[in-house]
Amino acid sequence: MSSEESVMDRPTAPEDATGGVVLSARNVSRSFGSVHALKSVNFDIRRGQVTTLFGENGAGKSTLMKILSGVIQPSSGEIVLDGESVSFASTVDAQRHGISIIHQELSLAPNMTVRDNIFMGRELGGPGGVNYAEEARETERLMVELDEPIDPLTLVEDLRLGQQQIVEIARALSVNSRILIMDEPTSALSASEVEVLFRVIADLKSRGVSIVYISHHLEEALTITDHAVVLRDGAMTAYAERCEIDLEWIVRHMVGENFDLGSPPTGHTMGEVALSFEDISVADVAVPERSVVDRLSLSVRAGEIVCIYGLMGAGRTELLECAAGRVSPNGGRIMLEGENISRLSIAERIERGLVLVPEDRQRDGLVQTMAVGENLSLASIGAFTRGLLTSRRREQTVIDDSIRNVHIKTDGGAAGIGSLSGGNQQKVVIGKMLATQPRVVLLDEPSRGIDIGAKAEVFRLLAEGASKGLAVIYSTSEVGECLSVAHRIVVMSRGRISAEFGADVTREEIMAASGESAEG
Amino acid sequence: MSDVQRSAAPAASDQSSSRSASRRAGGFDLGRILLEGRAFFALIAIVIIFSMLSPVYFSTSNFLTMSSHVAIFGLLSVGMLLVILTGGIDLSVGSTMGLAGVIAGFMMQGVSLDIFGMTLYPPVWAVVVLTCVAGAFVGMINGVLVSIFKVPAFVATLGTLYVARGVALLMTDGLTYNNLGGNPEFGNTGFDWLGFNRLFGVPVGVLIFAAVAIACMFALNRTPFGRWVYASGGNARAAELSGVPVKRVQVWVYVLSGVCAAIAGLVLSSQLTSAGPTAGTTYELTAIAGVVIGGAALTGGRGNVRGTLLGAFVIGFLSDGLVIIGVSSYWQTVFMGAVIVLAVLLNSIQYKPRKKRSASAKDQKTPPAPSGAS
Ligand SMILES: Nc1ncnc2c1ncn2[C@@H]1O[C@H](COP(=O)(O)OP(=O)(O)OP(=O)(O)O)[C@@H](O)[C@H]1O
Ligand SMILES: [Mg+2]
Repeated sequence: MSSEESVMDRPTAPEDATGGVVLSARNVSRSFGSVHALKSVNFDIRRGQVTTLFGENGAGKSTLMKILSGVIQPSSGEIVLDGESVSFASTVDAQRHGISIIHQELSLAPNMTVRDNIFMGRELGGPGGVNYAEEARETERLMVELDEPIDPLTLVEDLRLGQQQIVEIARALSVNSRILIMDEPTSALSASEVEVLFRVIADLKSRGVSIVYISHHLEEALTITDHAVVLRDGAMTAYAERCEIDLEWIVRHMVGENFDLGSPPTGHTMGEVALSFEDISVADVAVPERSVVDRLSLSVRAGEIVCIYGLMGAGRTELLECAAGRVSPNGGRIMLEGENISRLSIAERIERGLVLVPEDRQRDGLVQTMAVGENLSLASIGAFTRGLLTSRRREQTVIDDSIRNVHIKTDGGAAGIGSLSGGNQQKVVIGKMLATQPRVVLLDEPSRGIDIGAKAEVFRLLAEGASKGLAVIYSTSEVGECLSVAHRIVVMSRGRISAEFGADVTREEIMAASGESAEG
Repeated sequence: MSDVQRSAAPAASDQSSSRSASRRAGGFDLGRILLEGRAFFALIAIVIIFSMLSPVYFSTSNFLTMSSHVAIFGLLSVGMLLVILTGGIDLSVGSTMGLAGVIAGFMMQGVSLDIFGMTLYPPVWAVVVLTCVAGAFVGMINGVLVSIFKVPAFVATLGTLYVARGVALLMTDGLTYNNLGGNPEFGNTGFDWLGFNRLFGVPVGVLIFAAVAIACMFALNRTPFGRWVYASGGNARAAELSGVPVKRVQVWVYVLSGVCAAIAGLVLSSQLTSAGPTAGTTYELTAIAGVVIGGAALTGGRGNVRGTLLGAFVIGFLSDGLVIIGVSSYWQTVFMGAVIVLAVLLNSIQYKPRKKRSASAKDQKTPPAPSGAS
């Protein structure tokens, strides 16, 4: 493939036609202390086209995007906008030049309404101060465009993660910028919401907006990309146009090898029922009369991997949080190995071997003030405590094992958690819970933001655990993941189980059962 | 399949870890060291400056005297640190301290039991224990209000600040207990031991302070409880989902803070040989200042005992120094305020993401050429 041609000597003159380079990074490097996140990278954004950026966790994708949108400054190199060298002092500065960004980690104020978040810092003026009515109208219009009917006056903290992500997207759209950077905008969205987003992207393209798109959902990204760029260890390793590439090309350049996610583990016999939900109902936080989980019964056996597939808002998160003890059910009971655990605390459930990998890593997964290692060992403190004291040495063993198991790109665990790339932070959340040596593990969208290699590794760990009797419930909105890991696939819709399949199901059957069209 | 996929990722991480390890060993950043050890350097500066200004400042006896002043609010600071680490605040410590002194004084006068027609004189050790229990009780009220009833810590402890002070005033009718010496006949002498005696030449109060600080340091660094305190303050939701008993931890830190305040109250009334209901007024603010100067973040999750000790000594040595060189008490107040603001200013520099600093530091390094392109 002759795709790895130079990008350095492409013309940079401004062109009005579609395809001209509008914004580019020239020999941009960036270091954080001793870590070289970017090494002399060249990157072009073209008018009215989608450029996708692929790369492993920690490859430097977010760092590059933060530089192009003024969040951080490069250590060296320059940014060229419309043929002129520019430097952005801040995001506000970049926005003035028509560049806006959807961050990988959500940057909303949870205590404010959707409307106020969308117009934060750009409040519409009116005769009597802020023109709230106009802001609300505009917010409603954006929500209709994104096909997600959220009341503009809802508090952001009352929204599900996926809805928050949509608000984040709406905010970026409301700026009307010419260049829109999207850093994993779909990590918490399911297929149908992604489709809506892709429609919006197509519309933006036709209006001449340039888009940078980052995602670890490679197939999904391939459907909208015009140009693909691959970063590896902070350096650009490949560039190609859409017509020249396929999935295999991306994976080969990202990780150097090609592999697939495999298939569900077979060849071991399953044991007794490990965890069962019996007629569980959970009330909606906002509208207590409504049930988000509606008299649902489900059980998983030791050694079995069950995937729960469903759209956003199907009640998967609430069901798992209920099992972990975060929310209490208003009906039914939960049995762990024959014992009713409905009244136990979270800590007691963890002690009995039931753990949850939560969906929202920033809110529920990580303690941002602690180091990587302390986060990894937090749930298994008991394992390295003798008498009253913790043992440093034993703790380090726990940490090192976790770092190795889930492939966290870090250095012994002493670094602050905030210095890890998004995907590596996600791996910490997974590793922390697996380090407790659970007997039943619940994973809520655990692949959010992790790269294909790490995903395969997590799948391998789960399969290995299953063969030793671990029971797994894996909630996902990606059909592909169900097919690669599950023994049994349960489709959830509006708080109930709408269908159940064995491992031999097809993609189309699953999607049809969840109430989406099968083409996505 | 699994062999193939495993080979790729570890190579990348090994590479990056060895690279950063070698850089770190050679790195020496003076600004960073000054910033991180700011309380320590401030203390040294204070000692040097006052030693030059006054001949009596730099002497063992003066250091010991100043240390026994430091011990009082240092004890409060250590308890306060625990609370602040969980993201709370305890405004009631000054009042609790005053109340503890009054309770001790009350018991030293003899407790008259009218129904039996006799007066009970509890021995000093019993007085000490009961006073600590009283402190723990006040702390427990705070803890339960904050963790179970979800009253904001600021409000809950502001309430107990008033209640404890009021109770102390009620108990004494606004007067002061002056006779704490006890009576050999009743076998309750020895209360002054806490405030006046020395072991190995060091005032007992200072030794108690040191013991509490070391115990606290140990608890924070080496026990699960310590890890839970940091985790609850850093992100309570995540900590809870990881099995940390967040509510219990919250109750405990307030209880410990109350006990520290009671101990401080005992030492103070012993030093003064009197117990007044207004003792320790506004000491909560000094205690908070010590914690903050020591580098702890009021938002929780960050800080340590070592810093808090330094913070307490900075405040104590500075204010005593100002007294020694004869600065007016009005100016002392101004200085104190300036030091606190400066400390918080430096905290916010330390905890904000270091963007500009690392960017400028690495400019001179030539980046390796891109491997794939061109
Ligand atoms: N503030 C920081 N301090 C120290 N190191 C950092 C910081 N931000 C990023 N890094 C490092 O820079 C490298 C690149 O990180 P970046 O976030 O750009 O990765 P990414 O490609 O976006 O990965 P992911 O797919 O996981 O989001 C990582 O090794 C990361 O640890
Ligand atoms: Mg990223």
